[in-house]
Amino acid sequence: MKMKKILVISLLAVFGVYLAEVLFKLDFGRQFFQQGVKDFYLITSPIKLQVANTVTAIVVNFRGFDTLGEVTVLFLATTAMGSILYKGRHQLGERTVLFSGSRIVTTGSRLLFPAIILLGAYVFIHGHLTPGGGFQGGVIIATGFLLMLMAYADYTVSHVVLSVVESLAGITFATIGLLGMLHGGSFLQDFLPNGSLNDLLSGGIIPIIYIAVGFKVGAELTGLIYTALNEKD
Amino acid sequence: MNFTLFDLKIVEYSFFITAILVIMIGLYGALVKKSLIKVVIGLSIFDSGINLLLISIGYITSGTAPIFSPALVKDMPLTLENIKKLSEGMVDPVPQALVLTAIVIGFGVTAVALSLVIRLYRHHQTLNIDEIKNLKW
Repeated sequence: MKMKKILVISLLAVFGVYLAEVLFKLDFGRQFFQQGVKDFYLITSPIKLQVANTVTAIVVNFRGFDTLGEVTVLFLATTAMGSILYKGRHQLGERTVLFSGSRIVTTGSRLLFPAIILLGAYVFIHGHLTPGGGFQGGVIIATGFLLMLMAYADYTVSHVVLSVVESLAGITFATIGLLGMLHGGSFLQDFLPNGSLNDLLSGGIIPIIYIAVGFKVGAELTGLIYTALNEKD
Repeated sequence: MNFTLFDLKIVEYSFFITAILVIMIGLYGALVKKSLIKVVIGLSIFDSGINLLLISIGYITSGTAPIFSPALVKDMPLTLENIKKLSEGMVDPVPQALVLTAIVIGFGVTAVALSLVIRLYRHHQTLNIDEIKNLKW
């Protein structure tokens, strides 16, 4: 037993020292590439796409297909979790957390819930202007539902509504990609007018896709939390 | 000359050192701990360490976030020269976009792993690896 611990610690120490040596040779905070990918993204994003947040431009426009795959992975995780934890379709078990919160907790969370949903919607609608985006906004919305599920012992979320929202958002994403194809380009080609920098309606297809991603992630994470809470023995 | 804390080498490298330490702690937890929940937590910490490492590789000294906000652009005309001048003081956006993907994938992996742990617990009535025969190493 002791032997294994010593073995693991020495192995990790060797690994860490080598990793640190390589990284220290890189020199922290230096610009590695004079003419690189970074410059291309930072110049193309505000001038051609009129998107203020470069990270959003990379995630949704330049690497939009990759984001579609990412959303699919999240969907697969939800499906896998449902199939592992449930015996039959929509066959809920008893709530594993049965006690309800005190009056202060329930009243406070009922007060906070709309504000949390509003914050999440703000974050994913303004994904191309400010830090944040569909994934972050969706997670904020899911935390609102988590708060309600924790505060009330009898709070339920409809699996049917969740899967409808999720499917519609996914269909929107794929349809926009196909529309770009019809418009005479590749999949997820930008076909809408770009507008001007720092406007809410700017960036072509980016806001629409990020709103769809926000709904999808919010619905998926809420379903995930609900699945874990109502796991069937 | 104006001396900042960032001129000290040790402060600069502390970002890398912290990231490596977080990775090591996560790997240690995943390899040594007996409880399955702790193994999953270790994997999750390992994930965060790698994200921290990627972000700190993309950092450029005294760089700002790669966002052309109204306060930064002001009333400047959007010419190529202006944008080039602004973008020189910005950090690399590519690792940030990659980490955004990595966080989501890590979340999915953690969720599926935890649900498998719940199933294992229902089947064996224990979370200790030593008592679940097939998982010993």
